[in-house]
Amino acid sequence: MYQYDQYDQTLVNERVAQFRDQTRRFLAGELSEDQFRPLRLMNGLYIQTHAPMLRVAIPYGLLSSQQLRMLAHIARHYDKGYGHFTTRQNIQYNWPKLEEVPDILADLATVEMHAIQTSGNCIRNTTSDHLAGVCVDELEDPRPWCEIIRQWSTLHPEFAFLPRKFKIAVSGAAKDRAATQVHDIGLYLVNNAEGEIGFEVLVGGGLGRTPIIGQTIRPFLEKKHLLSYLEAILRVYNLYGRRDNKYKARIKILLKETGIEQFTRMVEEEWLHIRDSLEMDQEEIDRVKTFFTAPAYDPNAAHDTSFELHQANEKAFADWVRVNTVEHRVAGYRAAFVSLKAPGIPPGDMTDAQMEIVADLADRYSFGELRVTHTQNLLLADIKQGELYELWQKLSEANLATANIGKATDIICCPGLDFCSLANSSSIPVALEIAQHLDDVDYLYDLGDIRINISGCMNGCGHHTVGHIGILGVDKKGEEWFQLTLGGSSSNDASLGERLGPSVPKADVASTVDTILKTYLELREGEESFLDTVKRIGMAPFQEKVYANH
Amino acid sequence: MQIIKDGKITHDEVRHLSDDEVPTSTRFTVSCTRWKSEKDALLTTGNLLGVRLKGGDSIADIADDLHQIGLVVVEFPALADGRSFSLARLLRERFGYEGEIRATGDFIRDQVYFLARVGVNAFEPVAVTDLENLLTAFTDFTVNYQAAADNVKPVYRQRR
Repeated sequence: MYQYDQYDQTLVNERVAQFRDQTRRFLAGELSEDQFRPLRLMNGLYIQTHAPMLRVAIPYGLLSSQQLRMLAHIARHYDKGYGHFTTRQNIQYNWPKLEEVPDILADLATVEMHAIQTSGNCIRNTTSDHLAGVCVDELEDPRPWCEIIRQWSTLHPEFAFLPRKFKIAVSGAAKDRAATQVHDIGLYLVNNAEGEIGFEVLVGGGLGRTPIIGQTIRPFLEKKHLLSYLEAILRVYNLYGRRDNKYKARIKILLKETGIEQFTRMVEEEWLHIRDSLEMDQEEIDRVKTFFTAPAYDPNAAHDTSFELHQANEKAFADWVRVNTVEHRVAGYRAAFVSLKAPGIPPGDMTDAQMEIVADLADRYSFGELRVTHTQNLLLADIKQGELYELWQKLSEANLATANIGKATDIICCPGLDFCSLANSSSIPVALEIAQHLDDVDYLYDLGDIRINISGCMNGCGHHTVGHIGILGVDKKGEEWFQLTLGGSSSNDASLGERLGPSVPKADVASTVDTILKTYLELREGEESFLDTVKRIGMAPFQEKVYANH
Repeated sequence: MQIIKDGKITHDEVRHLSDDEVPTSTRFTVSCTRWKSEKDALLTTGNLLGVRLKGGDSIADIADDLHQIGLVVVEFPALADGRSFSLARLLRERFGYEGEIRATGDFIRDQVYFLARVGVNAFEPVAVTDLENLLTAFTDFTVNYQAAADNVKPVYRQRR
């Protein structure tokens, strides 16, 4: 993974000093709340229901074991012993003290981490495929490009006060695992007719109040022009994006109101002016790429025979292998998920002790690195098949081996009303109750791959609009009700879920999901997935069952 | 009035005329809108110093006249209105403007480093601002990842 040099380290240290001074001036009354707000947000600090919330950047979800140990230390020392992994592959702490945040940032800087631009109206953490570099369907590793974008966007002087937040995702594989099409800018590494690799550029995707799938404004961009093209898009957005209404300020609204042809013309025209002066330096691209080379894989890894044996002897292990591990591009290796979706645990939450354990496991089995997925789990990317059994045992002891990745209990969920001051419903208890209804593993596996996403309000942090089943908390006269949608997806076939019907009271959400799942089992054809079934039969059969007694 | 210009606190008297104010006998600036409609009359006063741009104004409207304009003001109606960052950078990089670019209004110390990077060389913040404190903002960072209007050597060029 990328390692800081003196420049990267100096910048992060200087940022800590700057924020320490900003916090001091705020506490001394020299900065007003209105003045401090954009400054603290650009350092990931929210004022929440109970306490400030600090969001720490995990660039494109990549972590070293040393960094995870530091995250554990922060959870233990400054918070209540846990952290919450987010859909931007970051981590949030819900209980830090404002006056201690500069110290937290200083601790993070010692392990090449920061909270720069994890919130606020600026360019946020670039996200990517959690299987980057190890998956079998990859055209090119997106991580060097993510790092290049990270550096370019970090403290970019022109784009620190945009109309609204700005999110970029990069995907380099055939299957989109990065929700690329629901980003302000989505980048797909693609081949052109000549067989060269470049970027397909999508703009204007996003979730939140007005969910929209991004549109391609350039089918192929030469790699050397990546930053000039991004800069052109950002400049058009900064100058022309709406600032009169924060709910209409995202680039998706500008694109919609301008029209894609005109918007594309504006970007291309701007780009022509800056293209040649901002052409990327091949030496720097090559330098960044050297940090993402393959580790020293064991050439004999595939010779192991114990892996098959353990699976034959122990069904629980076989289930875990089938559900929680995926094929690796190197023979004899697999990538293994660390499930943060155990029964009774808020989705994405992890204790300091669990972080320490996984850091040790990463050192022992996976070259000291791990990844955060946008579905709020962790991944150990490079596990020898002969060591999977040991790994599974150790993960099981730590309650991190629930074999449910991609299944109905692997729910994406925002922190909700329990923590967040924006939310109007508590999403976590709903997620836990749905999972509780699905405690029979045979039933769970029979349902196949299903994405259930829950947001506590229309801001959509839980990606409800792209859930196969989406669940959105709404406020009805002071009571928590939930709106359900079916058929959403954030993958290659990105689509927004369609509304099932009237919202249901909180107490009925889990049973409603039950009804939907049972209806699917009745009506599916052969091995047909939930999403395919919804697409084939539409909403009506589900509506009939769910609202039959109403 | 005290302002910061080219890294120093200096005295400066310039009146920022509203659109219905008669030109003064001292140096003044006008809005871009007024410049467009009264350009010739304003130039004959001999006291016109500059034109004020705000978000939504188009530099194209003054581009042909930049040689007659000694000062372009980029206004901050609110500190979060970041359009002036792009306006300043375009003035320097696209239009080759070498005169004074001055930020006025509701910007704060913590934006000064970025403003300097996009080509702003004069700072006229709201009255209560401690200019001495603002001066220290130019050295908040010593590392820059990107090229901008300040022509510093970005990190990727230093790494060679």
